[in-house]
Amino acid sequence: MQAGLARVQGDPPAGPLLPQSEAGTAGHRQLVEKSRFCLGTDLRWPPPAGSGSSHPDGTDGLGPRQEPDLATQVGLALSLRSERCLQLLPGHLPPPTPLARGRLRGVMGPRSLWGRSASPRLCGLLLVAACLGFYSNVFSLIPGRRQIGESQSTEGGHLQGQAEVLPLSPDSHGGAPQGVLEETTTQWSERDCPPDTCRVPEVPRMVYPKAQLLKPGRTDVLVMTPWFAPVIWEGVFDSAILDAQFRNATIGLTVFAIKKYVVFLELFLRTAEKHFMLGHRVTYYVFTDRPSDVPRVPLGEGRRLVVLEVRSYSRWQDVSMRRMEVISAFSRRRFLREVDYLVCVDVDMAFRDRVGAEILAPLFGTLHPGFYAAARSAFTYERRPRSRAHIPADEGDFYYAGGFFGGSVAEVLRLASACQQAMAADRADGIEAVWHDESHLNRYLLYRKPAKVLSPEYLWDEHMLRRPPFLRKLRFVAVPKDHAAIRH
Amino acid sequence: MLCPAMRCHRLALGLGFCLLSGTALCLLWKYFENWLLISYVPYYLPCPEIFNMELRYKGEKPFQPVTQSLYPQPKLLEQRPTELLTLTPWLAPIVSEGTFSPELLQRIYEPLNLTIGLTVFAVGKYTRFVEHFLESAERFFMRGHRVHYYVFTNEPAAIPRVPLGPGRRLSVLLIQRHSRWEEISTRRMETISRHIAERAHREVDYIFCLDVDMVFRNPWGPETLGDLVAAIHPGYYAVPRQQFPYERRHTSTAFVADDEGDFYYGGAVFGGRVAKVYEFTRGCHMAILADKANGIMAAWQEESHLNRRFISYKPSKVLSPEYLWDDRKPQPPSLKLIRFSTLDKDTSWLRS
Repeated sequence: MQAGLARVQGDPPAGPLLPQSEAGTAGHRQLVEKSRFCLGTDLRWPPPAGSGSSHPDGTDGLGPRQEPDLATQVGLALSLRSERCLQLLPGHLPPPTPLARGRLRGVMGPRSLWGRSASPRLCGLLLVAACLGFYSNVFSLIPGRRQIGESQSTEGGHLQGQAEVLPLSPDSHGGAPQGVLEETTTQWSERDCPPDTCRVPEVPRMVYPKAQLLKPGRTDVLVMTPWFAPVIWEGVFDSAILDAQFRNATIGLTVFAIKKYVVFLELFLRTAEKHFMLGHRVTYYVFTDRPSDVPRVPLGEGRRLVVLEVRSYSRWQDVSMRRMEVISAFSRRRFLREVDYLVCVDVDMAFRDRVGAEILAPLFGTLHPGFYAAARSAFTYERRPRSRAHIPADEGDFYYAGGFFGGSVAEVLRLASACQQAMAADRADGIEAVWHDESHLNRYLLYRKPAKVLSPEYLWDEHMLRRPPFLRKLRFVAVPKDHAAIRH
Repeated sequence: MLCPAMRCHRLALGLGFCLLSGTALCLLWKYFENWLLISYVPYYLPCPEIFNMELRYKGEKPFQPVTQSLYPQPKLLEQRPTELLTLTPWLAPIVSEGTFSPELLQRIYEPLNLTIGLTVFAVGKYTRFVEHFLESAERFFMRGHRVHYYVFTNEPAAIPRVPLGPGRRLSVLLIQRHSRWEEISTRRMETISRHIAERAHREVDYIFCLDVDMVFRNPWGPETLGDLVAAIHPGYYAVPRQQFPYERRHTSTAFVADDEGDFYYGGAVFGGRVAKVYEFTRGCHMAILADKANGIMAAWQEESHLNRRFISYKPSKVLSPEYLWDDRKPQPPSLKLIRFSTLDKDTSWLRS
């Protein structure tokens, strides 16, 4: 306290910091103390006018530190010292005597310090500190792109870490522990734009025809739902812009080839290589109980195939429904870390035309080709109130197909978990929804509206349906199969 | 004992000297490099403290499940003559009357308890518009939601106290008045980004930045909420891109080539999530500073920079000219409901 007062009043601090104390019993200790003192002196730069600043060791002691950081201080200090030393050096420095310890007089302080440098390591260390201090100071004072880049990444990183509480779907009971779901949903909100954090994706300079506000692309079909989800038809989007916006996205494609369904894999994968997400990084996740039967299909650059072994069930309905359970388990375990978007499709299909970045959204569903023109009362929703997939007759936007849905990994995880829990609850009650996982999917998508809806171009069956004129392209079509043979 | 000490000492001094001279040269170069390009225009450095601030935004609000909403089923094969484009080529919705269901959106957004910020600049003679603006906002802007008005002015005393509904607040913020109206206009980007960094990110979820010399005429609701929202300028929605009044000089950072551009967006209306608006306004501000350093001001001040940025960072939602209309123009049949439009005024007198 007293020392503090002394400092405030400008008196020289008492004790070992006083340069004139030549008591010098332990010489080395005094040397070290002197060095601290010298450091302290220089930190008052710019020296107050008229004080003993020419006194290298200045008698006013340590002033309150206002400098932003220690590195800067030290840097400034040492640079100043070196300047002074440079002035002092030629011819001014008295030859250091072997009896230097304990005999230091104030005015000789820094010179003698240099003359009798305690150790080369200390020199080196001080210089490194000077280096750091100076350069950090210099470069942070000059505003430049680096600063902006750093601050952007700070914000982005922070946003990613924002915690949220997300309610589970209304009819889920227990099941997945709340904690697990919560921690996996932190990345959800940033999926409105492609993966990295909060940024609106930047597109490079591109040349493309301008959209005309007064000339809608498609007038024959609904192009946007009442909750602002685009319905993706040909002629509504520009693939170049979307590819540029999603250029850094990694997409996972999950497909289940259980028992005899492995025969569909070859055509599926070959056509996917031609049409699915070209130009993006893709990982095919093939779930099968016969890993050895998975064909070796040549894959393009940035695309890989992962075969995951799962158990099969005797009933095909169970195989279909258990997909949700597998997807949610693997999402948690793997997909969250490996891919940005997940697309879950049926395997008995083939790609016929482009299926690209236009489908990517936080959550999307596909219109079932059989019900796009039907009234909501004709949709084959589960109508029994006992089931968790129940939808009353006066509700419903669309009938979504169970064979093509997806979104960001967090959203798909949420969907799959909710459906799985609903199915488990139904199973416990001894009821099975009329269209199994598709019914539960429809219930989920009714109450958590998808951000994009894919038109029937993205899921069509040529053999069961006549192609209407508004369907300009068929992108993903069913492969004809003998249901009876393949399911048993 | 002495010889190695002397050597080390010299080495240290030598290194120190090199370090110093290197740094000095570096500094000199940096300053002179900038200096050579500047024709001396008074310019200032943005506050470094903002750049390194970690913004703790209000928590992201996920959408709640929509329960029990009774509304007509969307018809997929509707032959309704849609006069206006409803989706941009990058799949951003274009909001106009008839494209959305207000009840459904109300159900989606109400449980989220959002707070929406609204910034306006009323500097100099423009303070006379505040009363009418706020009264119309009270009638039409985001009814049923919490709203926080931020009025930036150089004369806080001139801002009238308008009675506000429940859950709605007004904050008057003092800013400096500049001599030229272009300067006032351009500084808005900086002021908005600083304001978000210092305050708004804690108080609101979404923010809209509007011009004050306008008035709300019809409901403006949660259909306008999106990540990054722009509005199409009423004067150029029917015009090819070569006729857009973009900045066409190559030396400007707001330069747009003849073959670029989607829509000409109005500088009077933009908004979105607080985080994205912050990034957007900061980017615009940086570009404006770069132009200032080169002694050039873009053709339409910050509107040109806004347009340049919206080409590279496309908005996630676009508002049709219903949301930014000029009453002096005849209303075309394709625009069904004008919601926000200009007040008739003598611009030259106001800007003097």
